[in-house]
Amino acid sequence: MTGKTSENYNANYLNYVKTQDPPTQHTKNCAAAFGVGGLICCIGQFIRYMFEFAGLSGDELAGATSVVLIFLGCLLTGLGVYDRIGRYAGAGSIVPITGFANSVTSPAIEFKTEGWIYGMAAKMFTVAGAIIVFGVFSGVLVGLVYLFV
Amino acid sequence: MKKGNTVFFKNAPRITSFAAVCGSKEKEGVLGSYADVTLQDDMYGESTFEKAECKMLSTAISLALSKGGYAEKDIDALLSGDLLNQIISASFAARDFDFPFLGVYSACSTMSESMLLGAMLVNAGYCNRVVAATGSHFASAERQYRYPLELGCTRPPQAQWTVTGAGGNVISNEKQGVKIVSGTMGKVCDFGVTDVNNMGAAMAPVSGIIEPRAGNRTLTKN
Repeated sequence: MTGKTSENYNANYLNYVKTQDPPTQHTKNCAAAFGVGGLICCIGQFIRYMFEFAGLSGDELAGATSVVLIFLGCLLTGLGVYDRIGRYAGAGSIVPITGFANSVTSPAIEFKTEGWIYGMAAKMFTVAGAIIVFGVFSGVLVGLVYLFV
Repeated sequence: MKKGNTVFFKNAPRITSFAAVCGSKEKEGVLGSYADVTLQDDMYGESTFEKAECKMLSTAISLALSKGGYAEKDIDALLSGDLLNQIISASFAARDFDFPFLGVYSACSTMSESMLLGAMLVNAGYCNRVVAATGSHFASAERQYRYPLELGCTRPPQAQWTVTGAGGNVISNEKQGVKIVSGTMGKVCDFGVTDVNNMGAAMAPVSGIIEPRAGNRTLTKN
């Protein structure tokens, strides 16, 4: 066993490790995340306006915008650009829908070397699987609440 | 002779030849000038990072042999391991050579463990010459232990990098070269570090126990 339940858990040592770690620069990280995240949302909004201008509305409009953003996320991941943005922007590029596209595409690229079926297709959701499971699960819970309230 | 966990070698096995292969990032580091071969591309001309790791290891072993002027028949055993599942790189690298292979897995201390065991074999007289070697690749280790390379996540400031590199050395009963006088067998020591990005902190206590003066105060339990 590891972690806090372990017999040889050593709080002294873990505190010592903590003092040796270089501090996370919260202000800088938050600013970068805010800037890049905001920029991605602005691009999304721009795409939305363009589709609205082209005559889409309602669910079609929302769907088309998401599809374009997901495509851009996948494309940038494939070109090896998205991980560089992510290293700089942190949550700013993980939280929008493009981050989800990245978390599906990146294992797909990584495991392609193990074959199309057992590699790419099977391992594609190693990172995003958790998001899908809890996303669907919370969707069901909210749906039940909506049904009875 | 054994004292505590330390073994002393009476017949003094020697390191007679050695070779190292490293990646471009490692070349820029303080040990970069000691490398014999530097990778020009991360794939080393192969189609996957795992194959590249295997080729690096194989290159390091054959370079160690040729630098010392040894033929394959001079070597009695290869002790080697790496960080991947089923020590696959070392096993595949061993296909290239015509001597027996003993797989070793000891995470980051694979090199020192294979040298310790090799020195024991030579000191006891069971082997005249053994090769101790190991290799790792940043990209393959990153996938093995952490996230895919293209995933846009931030590395925390304390995150460490796995070395892209391989090294091999020939341990022999000849009378020239660097003497191996003793070796200490390490205990597994878990103080409860669970951060995958800070494996250094998880492994550091072992060296603290070998040299108790290195931090008695901080290592005292609770």
